Amino acid sequence: MSCCAPGAEMALDLNASTSALPSRQEIRLASRSLDGDLRQTDLSVPSVHCAACIQTIETALGKLERVEGARVNLSTKRVSIRWRGDEVPSFVAELGRLGYDAHLFNPEADGKDKTLSDLIRAVAVAGFAAGNIMLLSVSVWSGAEGATRDLFHWFSALIAIPALAFAGGIYFRSAWNALRHGRMNMDVPIAVGVSLAYAMSLYETMTHGEHAYFDASVSLLFFLLIGRTLDHVMRERARTAVNGLARLAARGATVLRHDGTRDYLPVDEIEPGMILLVAAGERVPVDGRIIRGVSDLDCSLVSGESTPRTVASGEQVQAGTLNLTGPLTIEATAAAKDSFLAEMVRLMEAAEGGRAQYRRIADRVSALYAPVVHLTAFVTFLGWIAASGDWHRAVTIAIAVLIITCPCALGLAVPIVQVVAARRLFEAGVMVKDGSALERLAAIDAAVFDKTGTLTLGQPRLVNASSIDPAMLAIAADIAAHSRHPFSKAIAQFAGFVGQPKLDAVSEHPGLGIEATTAGSTWRLGRRGWAGWKARTGGEGKYGGYGGTVLSKNGRIVASFTFEDATRADARAAVRQLKDAGVSVEMLSGDIANACGDVARTLDIESFTPALLPSGKVERIEALTKAGHKVLMVGDGLNDTPALGAAHVSIAPATAADVGRNAADFVFLRESLLVVPLALDISRKAGRLIRQNLAIAIIYNAVAVPIAILGHVTPLIAAIAMSASSLLVIANALRLQGSGPHASARSTAPDRRSGIGALARSS
Amino acid sequence: MTTLVYLIPVALFLGALGLAGFLWALRSGQYEDLDGAAERILIDRDDKAK
Repeated sequence: MSCCAPGAEMALDLNASTSALPSRQEIRLASRSLDGDLRQTDLSVPSVHCAACIQTIETALGKLERVEGARVNLSTKRVSIRWRGDEVPSFVAELGRLGYDAHLFNPEADGKDKTLSDLIRAVAVAGFAAGNIMLLSVSVWSGAEGATRDLFHWFSALIAIPALAFAGGIYFRSAWNALRHGRMNMDVPIAVGVSLAYAMSLYETMTHGEHAYFDASVSLLFFLLIGRTLDHVMRERARTAVNGLARLAARGATVLRHDGTRDYLPVDEIEPGMILLVAAGERVPVDGRIIRGVSDLDCSLVSGESTPRTVASGEQVQAGTLNLTGPLTIEATAAAKDSFLAEMVRLMEAAEGGRAQYRRIADRVSALYAPVVHLTAFVTFLGWIAASGDWHRAVTIAIAVLIITCPCALGLAVPIVQVVAARRLFEAGVMVKDGSALERLAAIDAAVFDKTGTLTLGQPRLVNASSIDPAMLAIAADIAAHSRHPFSKAIAQFAGFVGQPKLDAVSEHPGLGIEATTAGSTWRLGRRGWAGWKARTGGEGKYGGYGGTVLSKNGRIVASFTFEDATRADARAAVRQLKDAGVSVEMLSGDIANACGDVARTLDIESFTPALLPSGKVERIEALTKAGHKVLMVGDGLNDTPALGAAHVSIAPATAADVGRNAADFVFLRESLLVVPLALDISRKAGRLIRQNLAIAIIYNAVAVPIAILGHVTPLIAAIAMSASSLLVIANALRLQGSGPHASARSTAPDRRSGIGALARSS
Repeated sequence: MTTLVYLIPVALFLGALGLAGFLWALRSGQYEDLDGAAERILIDRDDKAK
């Protein structure tokens, strides 16, 4: 079928079935109308990665009825399908048949990224102008004189105009915005320097002067724009990758009308009092009360409880919980905007603390730098007036000071390091969504972890498999394969023994277990009290926690299963590395004290707080912040979202709830937790390089400014000095890329493909 | 000197042509899937195979 055998990844994919395939109604809701009855649907297909994949998908989908065409975008791992008619063609099923998981994702505000194309266009224009002006300038430097020099200057002036308009516009707007709000940023001295350099050069050209700085002003813009564009591209890639993750929240729900008709409505249109049908495998769309049905709910994403909860009619359910075993009919008790999810978002907005007040290093430096530079230029001007009384000379030299101090190196010093750092993290499967996040991460001294889904996988693991009769285990695995209950999936992993009796009828009893019949005997896998109906001799309750799951044959218990929540790969090593890096580690969980204690002991975490409400987590983080700590929050659940917002910096796994992923500064796509110390390590190294780069830029100024003040700067000297300092800063930043890979970087398999595999697995 | 008066505009015009070409390619979406474009060259078109 295809060279990349996505089947191999699927075999590992044990939790894929927790997220049900998007239903036809959901796809229809998410599609865009193009014109007439033509509609377009964009799907994220994380496992696409070669030409064969592209061809397989495009030809197979193109053959489907009513599909106009399909186009795969390999860079973003997406496929967009254009189709006609009212009924949605079965392309998700078709993709599934080919072995590709497909899911809907959160669409961006507008399809195309306008900023990026603006930036690239500006770079192109500035690059064209800088190249041509530099050619003309070289001729001037090598001795063009008189009318020829004037001609070259006039050409340069002309070429510089579109560059200033296109490329400079970005800086002028940003500088004006900053000044209007009474702030200062790096773009202010850039804008002032560039425009004054141009104005003076134009005056020089008109008066047949010798020195024009057109090349300086345009190549300055060109260099800075490259840095800015790279920065944007890096963040855009991270954002696309995060956006491509499967949506966990329901987009809509099936509403049962009073006259018996069923409608699929978007979540926003669901009102209290409506009757909703929630099939097994779907998430509860809004808060509600169960009217009919019994099932098990996975609340790990909502409350942090690791054990599924059995629910029956009359009980309340929260939006975001996953219905595992049986269909439920619920009555909505709140609209989406009043549901648990919306409440979490409000709590998060209220908690937004550390990061709103954070001012980026570049802004802090420029707040000091710009006034000093502008004052120096002004004093130089006054000094030359006083010394020589020659206005023209004084203005020329003052502007030369501005040009030579124009923060070319300073403007690149910070973004270029962050681009290199973000790139390294990207390769390790960590998406950096915000440049300032790296600066904030470098400063942390306390890390707070959520338990379920973060330190643990949020999935139980069978721990006593070795003490169970292999034949019994194989039968249990066979039975368990019919259910999506987390315990069943843990048992189902042990399938593979051949020769066990063939199962005839398998039925799942929500809240109790699974029943299967073979020739002559009835097997039950489930709760002790239900499965072992002939042996109610005091086994129940004694086991507590997870101990209550058994396999019975004709009512007699033949095997009992013990589970524990599996900890994430390398969680223990990650905690140790964080401690070695001088960060105190703490665990906050919404789960019961017993489960927390076990995990804390396994992972060597001394302090933990169990049974916390979402607001409790925020309070704990605020208390730490008040005590002078800079807190890193790592969490995945809906209940962690306010805490993610309250912390100084936050990290979420790809399996986190949608709002959590959007709120966090970093999102990691792989299973290993070692990426947390890796990110910390890289951010600290980046912080060190940024400080070095700033030091280089300042030393450069300390050398160049006296020369400029004394009036010895010519355009040639300015061009050489500025380019040299920029190159020095870039070379220094690249050391981060080359610096020997951290031990943990190696063990997290620094291969992009496997990152995508992990993405596919986790989604 | 007189040669420069027309040679430089000619050179700039050619450069601008290249720039315009790049901007056109950018606008028509040719930079939106660089990885895909690299792989698509390996796909045989159906009409050739027949």
